[in-house]
Amino acid sequence: MGLDFTVVPDYFGVLLLGMGWTVAITIGAGLLSFFGGIMFAVIALYGHWVIRLPFRLFAWLFMGTPLLLQLFLIYFGLIEIGIDLPAFIAGVIGLGLHFAVYNSELIQASILSVDKGQYEGARTLGLSRGQTLRRIVIPQAVRAVIPPMGNNMIALLKDSALVSVIGVAELTLAAQQAISRTYRPFEFYIAAAACYYVINLCLEAGLRRLERRIAASR
Amino acid sequence: MLRVYPFFIEAAYVTVQLSVLTCLLGLACGTLGAMARLSRLAPIRWLAATYVSLFRGTPALIQIFILYFGGPQIGINLDSFSAGTIALGVNIGAYMTETIRGAIISVDKGQTEASRTLGMSRAQTMRKVILPQAARMMIRPLGVNINALIKGTALVAPISVIELTYTAQRFIGSTYKPFEMFLLAGILYMIIIYAVGMGIKWLDRRAQIV
Repeated sequence: MGLDFTVVPDYFGVLLLGMGWTVAITIGAGLLSFFGGIMFAVIALYGHWVIRLPFRLFAWLFMGTPLLLQLFLIYFGLIEIGIDLPAFIAGVIGLGLHFAVYNSELIQASILSVDKGQYEGARTLGLSRGQTLRRIVIPQAVRAVIPPMGNNMIALLKDSALVSVIGVAELTLAAQQAISRTYRPFEFYIAAAACYYVINLCLEAGLRRLERRIAASR
Repeated sequence: MLRVYPFFIEAAYVTVQLSVLTCLLGLACGTLGAMARLSRLAPIRWLAATYVSLFRGTPALIQIFILYFGGPQIGINLDSFSAGTIALGVNIGAYMTETIRGAIISVDKGQTEASRTLGMSRAQTMRKVILPQAARMMIRPLGVNINALIKGTALVAPISVIELTYTAQRFIGSTYKPFEMFLLAGILYMIIIYAVGMGIKWLDRRAQIV
């Protein structure tokens, strides 16, 4: 069987819809990983040990095991304890938590490197501990780690392909649907790869702009 | 529960095999890629840059699918283990290309100039002066790549290579004990990653000039 890319345009709509879902899941999981990362970092640094210790265990488990395994756990595991999540939500939670742990590591290091004088100054001015963290320390810490967090977002976009395995109808699964009808895996996986590449380029361009704006505002 | 242990141990062995082969292939691709990225010939540089950009810019899972499901269409018939290993190796090779290139260009330029002045050829300079110094610096960042690679071997589960993640998924389906299966596979992954991490630390310590 030779190659015939002319069948690809017939399924343009299917692929485009898949791309839409891939973008949606990337944005959803990206936001979760961003805010989750900040929350995890604060817990890891300032939390009571009763919260901190289980959290350390959770972070350690999540960093030491493959994302695919975690997705299986969240999707099939939560059903077992009576929480039946739609695949899309399970995918967003799985991807989001996985990268939140990675972002949290970055933010923790960054929080620790914010000048101590900033903290002392804010406390002296009468801000509470929580206010100091929220308004003074965290904004500075997060801003400093935007570039490496951007790399995590790019990794997240690519890893979003994994949620096809638990049945989210994103780009990879859209390609598989087209393949099941045409029996042309090579053409459609190449097409899917091209779509991912384009989304990736857009994301990289966006991140570069964001970095420049942050650099300029400093 | 007891009955699943042998399956997990066997699966862990497959994961180790996958990791080792992928790592070797990745290192080969990475070294070649880095050399090409630093070549004097512009077309070779572009070729290597395209390799890195394409393989880092698309999901590894799609690359595995292209080779395994799409391969037969262009006359490449591979079993799932070989297809998975090759796709993952070439994929991680793109990341390693950048790691190795980074280590090479971080060697002081004066070293190259001095060697060239002493009459060594470009190849000799690379082999005898630059690479031995760069090799020390790339151990730790390559360790990061290898750590990612071990977790990345889970990606061959969807093409039915019977490794740890596939086995965990299979037993989640048949035993309805997702947390136990996750923990079992997770512990085995962490043992592998920990052992490899120790090895890399040892290598890194030994390679440092005292």
